[in-house]
Amino acid sequence: MNRKTMYAKMVFYSMLRRRSRLALALTAVIIGATVVLGMGAVYFDIPRQMGREFRSYGANLVLVPSGDNAVLSPGELRQAEELLPKDKLVGMAPLRYETLYYNKQGLTAVGVDMDAARKTGPYRQVHGTWPAADNQVLVGTDIAENARLYAGTSIVLEAVPPRGRRIKKEFTVSGILRTGGPEDAFVLMPARALEALLGSPGRADAVEVSLAAESGEITRLAEQIRKEVPGIAPRPVKRIMHSEATVLNKLQVLVCLVTAVVLLLTMVCVGTGMMTVVMERRKEIGLKKALGAENRSIIGEFAGEGAVLACAGALLGSCTGYVFAQVVSMSVFGREVSLPVFLVGLTLCASLLVTLAASFFPVSRAAEVEPATALRGE
Amino acid sequence: MKNILELHDVSMVYGSVTALRNITLSIRRGEWTAIMGSSGSGKTTLMNIVGCMNKPTHGTVILDGEKISRLNTKDLTAIRRDKIGLIFQEFHLISYLTAVENVMIAQYYHSMADEEEALQALERVGLGHRAGHLPRQLSGGEQQRLCIARALINHPKLILADEPTGNLDESNQAAVLDIFHQLHGEGSTIIVVTHSPEVAEHAERIVQLEFGRMVRDGAPARSMVA
Repeated sequence: MNRKTMYAKMVFYSMLRRRSRLALALTAVIIGATVVLGMGAVYFDIPRQMGREFRSYGANLVLVPSGDNAVLSPGELRQAEELLPKDKLVGMAPLRYETLYYNKQGLTAVGVDMDAARKTGPYRQVHGTWPAADNQVLVGTDIAENARLYAGTSIVLEAVPPRGRRIKKEFTVSGILRTGGPEDAFVLMPARALEALLGSPGRADAVEVSLAAESGEITRLAEQIRKEVPGIAPRPVKRIMHSEATVLNKLQVLVCLVTAVVLLLTMVCVGTGMMTVVMERRKEIGLKKALGAENRSIIGEFAGEGAVLACAGALLGSCTGYVFAQVVSMSVFGREVSLPVFLVGLTLCASLLVTLAASFFPVSRAAEVEPATALRGE
Repeated sequence: MKNILELHDVSMVYGSVTALRNITLSIRRGEWTAIMGSSGSGKTTLMNIVGCMNKPTHGTVILDGEKISRLNTKDLTAIRRDKIGLIFQEFHLISYLTAVENVMIAQYYHSMADEEEALQALERVGLGHRAGHLPRQLSGGEQQRLCIARALINHPKLILADEPTGNLDESNQAAVLDIFHQLHGEGSTIIVVTHSPEVAEHAERIVQLEFGRMVRDGAPARSMVA
């Protein structure tokens, strides 16, 4: 039998036949590993989860014409769209702003693809229904109050094309729009309906883009679009991006703090458990030294036990940690959390580090045991 | 070299307590010596010094030609591992290892664990059939024989036994002493620390300690054994 086999046998049997003594330390490592993996999974998934949450606050990137350009060129718009990551693109809504008249009073009409507008602006509350046909419009709440309009009533809008006669068209108000912002004074209508009144199909004055990405990535994308598509001036919506970054940062710091505190407590528990084991095994240590064991052998044996303890705790803790992460994510975000594989490795490393650090003092004490004193039971 | 162990003017002081006073003693190779004395006489202190587990505060100890009284802890560990076989009154077996593994652990710290050799050592003390048993499954006598097998496995120059029969009944005491007689017959040097005159009389030389001083050094009165 070689030395490694005998070493493994001693470490294994020492733990197996004295498992009740190590139960406390093992439980502490399992709890620590559970929190590391669970909180780690939440930590790395927060940006994705919070990104989804923040998309309900609207677009985080707006594309507008640059320089003297009045409108966005369809070709450049396609070019910019190709630069956006498809997997993170929640929605993209071209907007066309025009002045229409209602009872000879000018108002701002926004032509937009309604499906796209719902994706980029989930914050838009509609009392009634979204327009399902080209003869239906949404009326902002300010206009609706002034003109006493409500869902189901008719509204006649008048357009004045740059060249040609005034055109009047009757629309049905499918719903009243409430955003708490400037759109409360607008009329939202299908882009095709606006094009039918004023011509210039495909014209867009601005494009709302909603991306499930972090602020840094959005800034980088904006910079890339600015460089590669000169006709477009991308404008990250800083208010939303900053809010998202602030909340993300605070949540991640909170997760880190909780994890650090739990790891510290784990270290204390493991240290106490190992100290108890060392004190209980003073005679055994004394005997081994009396038989000729050097300090490094004693340290190696206890470190081996600590490593096995850490690995077993990390393995079991990874399983419970995954369940813990799902429970946290479901209760906080209402969605399942994804588990990056590297987190299992990280949990194992953290468990090993904490267990070995916690064992350092007890193992040092073990190495200091004097055989003659220990064998006398003192 | 005729003597395996030489002590010259060895003293041991713990604070204000003098455990050993100016002990000068030589042990020949192959000799069976009993160190006797009542509690507090200094016999365990003497054994710890000879067993390289303590260093004397004064004097010189030479073991197998090597002056060990001023060696550092690491060197003393090496001497203990290579030259001394220890047998304890309380056996001091490792509870989670089987009998054969308890023997192999001494090999492991010495050089290489050899299960076949460990089994032979157990056979020699009559424990071949108990190789796979844990210490708690063995009787007191069997545990002490296991302790002897462990002490012998690395072929030590000196066997040091501290009250080896102190926890044993008469039949087991006789079995252990039989093994010592065999070892002595084969030329092993044995030092037995005991307070029992019956055990001491089996030795060929008795050293008596009282209050840390050596008060007698001579052959036993054989008539007492009978």
